[in-house]
Amino acid sequence: MEAEEKKYNRREFVNTGIRFSIALGLGGVAALVAKRSAGGELVWQLDPSKCIQCGRCATSCVSSPSAVKCIHVYDMCGYCDLCGGYFRPGTKDLTTAAENQLCPTAAIKRSYIEEPFFEYSIDEDLCIGCGKCVKGCGAFGNGSLQLQVSHNICLNCNECAIARDCPTDAFSRVSSDKAYSFKGF
Amino acid sequence: MSRHVKQRIVSWMALGCLLAVLCSFGMDASAQQRFPKPEFENGHTQPPTFTPAPRADFMEVVDVFVLILSLSVVTWLVLNKRSRKGVFWASIFSIFYFGFYREGCVCSVGSLQNVTLALFHTGYQIPYTVIAFFVIPLIYTLFFGRTFCAAVCPLGAIQDLVALKPYSLKSWVEKTLGLFPVVYLGLAILYAATATDFVICRYDPFIGIYRMEGSFNMLVLGAAFLLAGVFIARPYCRFFCPYGVLLNLASRVSRRHMTITPSTCIQCKLCEHSCPYGAIEKPVPAHTKEKRSGLVNNAIFLSLIIPVLILIGGYAGSLLHESLAKVNPTVRLAEQLLNEVETVDGIIPLEIEAFRSSGQSLESLYAEAAGIIQQFYIGGWILGGIVGLIFGITLARLTIYRYRKDYEPNKGRCLSCTRCMDFCPVEE
Repeated sequence: MEAEEKKYNRREFVNTGIRFSIALGLGGVAALVAKRSAGGELVWQLDPSKCIQCGRCATSCVSSPSAVKCIHVYDMCGYCDLCGGYFRPGTKDLTTAAENQLCPTAAIKRSYIEEPFFEYSIDEDLCIGCGKCVKGCGAFGNGSLQLQVSHNICLNCNECAIARDCPTDAFSRVSSDKAYSFKGF
Repeated sequence: MSRHVKQRIVSWMALGCLLAVLCSFGMDASAQQRFPKPEFENGHTQPPTFTPAPRADFMEVVDVFVLILSLSVVTWLVLNKRSRKGVFWASIFSIFYFGFYREGCVCSVGSLQNVTLALFHTGYQIPYTVIAFFVIPLIYTLFFGRTFCAAVCPLGAIQDLVALKPYSLKSWVEKTLGLFPVVYLGLAILYAATATDFVICRYDPFIGIYRMEGSFNMLVLGAAFLLAGVFIARPYCRFFCPYGVLLNLASRVSRRHMTITPSTCIQCKLCEHSCPYGAIEKPVPAHTKEKRSGLVNNAIFLSLIIPVLILIGGYAGSLLHESLAKVNPTVRLAEQLLNEVETVDGIIPLEIEAFRSSGQSLESLYAEAAGIIQQFYIGGWILGGIVGLIFGITLARLTIYRYRKDYEPNKGRCLSCTRCMDFCPVEE
């Protein structure tokens, strides 16, 4: 009986030793990686200066429609009548007819302000983040239409499915107080 | 004024204008647009740019708090209250909070990849929440057994609910399939350490269900796991979960592990088939012990095999390193460029296009890819070696008979679901 009790104690002693070494190791690993981290909460961000508007944002995101949206930086917009982001190239009549629009979901609304200026606003519910308008605006206009991760939709996945597929590695995790990044502004 | 002087004045003025433009460009780049922003005469005000705020920072702290709270509650329910009903309702809570509300992300299972990546890449930023989700369940398991698996992990909780008609597996099937999580863990660490991919997240079977959307494959995988889970209880936890490997090891040395009986076992055998996970160890009477000398010889022989198995495993792993490295996007791109692949399915791959416009030289890309392949070579040796070691230990352990009087849960495999407790007739 005594021997059995002693054996039990030895096993318990070894277990306690292992337990505390593991706990210590875990604490060490946690402290090491925490020290390297800048801390705070991180969110995914698309760097517009790396973006080539390949269209994968529209298809790779786990949410459908994608959490990446075209966001209009109004401060950069020239309010052009002939908008490279709104009209298909080669459009003859600058009207809102469906065949003239570049956007596949007609998410961009064109409204007349005063001669010769028009304002373009984006219906975020319709936008699928394909980046066609962003490409058009960047090529012919000021580049005021830019793709960004819209954080009311983004699930902040541990591994962003778009980041995985992005050909130019434009996605990174940034501090949540600098969630948006606009190019040239 | 002569024509000559006029020309000079004009050219000086042009130069001045150019300088002015250049200066203004240097001072305020944003003001220079192809089409300057107009000033409206009709008093139109422009709408604000739409930038919805991310989830508030303190909500992440709430998540960690809920994790600690639910772990504590489940641990109390398992160890003190011994209440299956309580654990069941805790599972429901986890399914709704960590599952449907938090949409299954970030989870402890996936967090091990972030920690690995942060260990190997100093530049990688790991959120504090992810560290907490990795460490806290392990600490709880070290002291109280796998109560995290019982009802806190949303992946486990959903499988626990569907385990309606569990069949027990043959011991050898259970042991053989049980080696797969080690391989999976090794692969996950290898891919995370080389910053290639987070395979656990990519092949998470239940995330599609929790998000209530996902690709066809993801949803089919989830449905298949749930369907299989009706007959083979918790297939993901037992035969896939890489985090479970760590929890299994931690639980073996746990300080207070749940017991089937509240006081002393009366060997009534009622609990014998109650465990859907095959984690109850039957009593081993002293007379089933083989002769000691025979066992010792077996143990020595099998221990000698271990180094051989490590070498075989390591060599096999190193042979696979090129196939394993192909998952890495840099390696894939370098391979395509090396083989002068121009088009894939008739389209120039975007990666190649992007690489060409990036201005990076081919040599530096090849050097980078070669470096990554080298990492996979070393990683392949280590991964294979560890798998060989685990196989060897599993084999050698077959010779160890542990004399056991009572029905006891296997501390490593037991998920603390408390089903067996309801079968025990012993009063406290």
